[in-house]
Amino acid sequence: MGRKIIFVAWLVFSSSLANAQSEKKKLPDVQVNSLEGVKTQTSTWNNQEKPILISFWATWCKPCVEELDAISEVYENWKQETGVRVYAVSIDDSRNTSKIKPLVNGKEWPFEVFNDLNGDLRRAMNVNNVPHTFLLNSKREIVYEHNSYSPGDEEEVFEQIKKLTQVK
Amino acid sequence: MKYTRSWIFLLILLITYLSGFIVKAQNPSIGNISGNFQLDGQYYQPDASIHALPVPQKILSNSFFNLNYQTEILSAGIRYESYLDALKGYDQRNKGNGIAYRYLGFHKDGLEITAGNFYEQFGSGLTLRTYEDWSLGYDNSLDGIRAKYSPMKGIYLKGLIGRQRLFFDYGPGIVRGGDFEIHVSELHEGLSTMKTKYILGGSFVSKYQADADPIYKLPENVGAFSGRLQINRGNFSLGGEYAYKVNDPSTVNNYIYKEGQALLVSASYSKKGLGISLSAKRMDNMSFRSDRSSSGNVLMLNYLPALTKQNTYQLANFYPYASQPNGEMGLQAELEYKIKAGSLLGGSNGTQLSIHLSGINSIDTVSTNTEYGYHSDFLKVGKKIYYRELNILATRKLSKSLRLHLSYMYLIFNKDVIQGVPGFGIIHAQTGIAEIKWQINPRNSMRTEWQHMYTVKDKGSWAMGLIEYSVSPHYYINVFDNYNYGNAIKSDRLHYFSASAGYTKNTNRISLGYGRQREGILCVGGICRNVPASNGFIINISSSF
Repeated sequence: MGRKIIFVAWLVFSSSLANAQSEKKKLPDVQVNSLEGVKTQTSTWNNQEKPILISFWATWCKPCVEELDAISEVYENWKQETGVRVYAVSIDDSRNTSKIKPLVNGKEWPFEVFNDLNGDLRRAMNVNNVPHTFLLNSKREIVYEHNSYSPGDEEEVFEQIKKLTQVK
Repeated sequence: MKYTRSWIFLLILLITYLSGFIVKAQNPSIGNISGNFQLDGQYYQPDASIHALPVPQKILSNSFFNLNYQTEILSAGIRYESYLDALKGYDQRNKGNGIAYRYLGFHKDGLEITAGNFYEQFGSGLTLRTYEDWSLGYDNSLDGIRAKYSPMKGIYLKGLIGRQRLFFDYGPGIVRGGDFEIHVSELHEGLSTMKTKYILGGSFVSKYQADADPIYKLPENVGAFSGRLQINRGNFSLGGEYAYKVNDPSTVNNYIYKEGQALLVSASYSKKGLGISLSAKRMDNMSFRSDRSSSGNVLMLNYLPALTKQNTYQLANFYPYASQPNGEMGLQAELEYKIKAGSLLGGSNGTQLSIHLSGINSIDTVSTNTEYGYHSDFLKVGKKIYYRELNILATRKLSKSLRLHLSYMYLIFNKDVIQGVPGFGIIHAQTGIAEIKWQINPRNSMRTEWQHMYTVKDKGSWAMGLIEYSVSPHYYINVFDNYNYGNAIKSDRLHYFSASAGYTKNTNRISLGYGRQREGILCVGGICRNVPASNGFIINISSSF
């Protein structure tokens, strides 16, 4: 009987804990590498309370590269209308690490690119497959996630970004 | 007595419920609970014409459920995995259900401690890389203690000790290691203005395994160490890593007492519209496992990156390269270039061009007829060709709604060595691929792929066609066919026809497929698994929350 009480109490406590947690998930503070190998904590990613878009991709993932190509074409417009900042996080391992910067520059992508070499950020954000894109609001809370890419999906993402800037 | 017990019970419930609010009021960042889930299942139908393996269970599945808890300082996670039984093509030693991964961790004031299972990498992974790749069925996590500390800006230290995961159990070895990395320009205010940035590092990993062999005197402690240097200046980047492993007789190298060496070098130049990268590598007896008698994709400690292109088109991936830990030498060059719009080759919208060239040979070995096995000159390249690839990909926007990709690949593949199946010799293959994407309107799009691989040996030539229709952001449907029209055996000139449809809502994904799957090999990073031919239904469910 005693054990049952403890078990139920634990259940209730943890469920109340789940209630007590912040309503939305926040960006975890994890170390990733810049394309020059500089260790960067994600807590330093900052857009002065404007929306942040984090897109997980890999050099070998065609839909990911298409999504980022599509975003790079409209990035200037997006920035002007909403002030959004895009961070593209590559999950490439050491086989492809040295190829990331040449690919990014060869395609003239205008946003910041990082390499999650050890997979720590990917695991902390529960990314199963790429592409996986997250939209953060001014409080660095995840308000929208999307886990695949078909041409036209970036319009849906833009609608979500605009929603954030209009709610204010 | 009963009466009092119920009161105590209710009181405890009330306190725990209210404490949730108290805790929230005191500390608004109580933490995040998140997780993810995936299920891959298949129903197998017998199909003798494609030589499909019999599946007495009829339904096989691999799945996992991951739960993570994070606050500013603490973190914890647990993963449950289930193989009832494992899908064909995955290591069948994955059997049953269990907790495959759990950890507790905290980080404060520059110190990070993890107790339990963890994934870690030193440099490029030549001495240590533990990671997981669900599509390969690969997970070599270490279970033990890991500490990371940054004593001052620019210096990063790591230390660890643990046992390695082997399915739902552990391997026999004990692994310990450490790594340091110094970012010179971050060390001191005055150094941050240096134009040339240096990053240097080194690692040491050692494994202990008892010697129970009655014949050989086997080394119980085997160590490997490495040094690395990365130099960045403006648009240029140059890096290298060298690793050395002491004598490590094992099943993989036929129990020789030779030392192992590896060298990886890469250089790149990039600016707007142009990226060039060059890499070279040499591996000599660098298989490093925590169990000297293990085989298969288990208990590997280090990672020997394949110096070849990771292809995504189906027929371009027909003969993928697998790293040869016993010895290989390779070179790779890649060019990424945006041909300007309006120029002769660029067309009205510009053309993206990617050219890849890679070549891998054996190392030069001279047998010594002693327990050292052989001697290999560091700078000499072996005479056996393992792999050659020339791959050209061009992408052009034909109009606002039409995009065209064209690719040509020339391949030389030593199937005997790379796949370990003697009798096929060296395969020459040429593959042509065309892909068209049509954005019909903002929400509807279609794409089609046409591929052809011409080869004389092995199964002969193949042709492949695919059509996919998607409705953004939720639905897709696709059908494709692989046709082995060139097979020397007439009864094997078969169509492998497949159809699938999927639905995605934010982070929930479900897809159902039906059809024939041809035999193939899936390789990620140089680690491969065989995919046998099969026929039936496939379901994939994936979610993260």
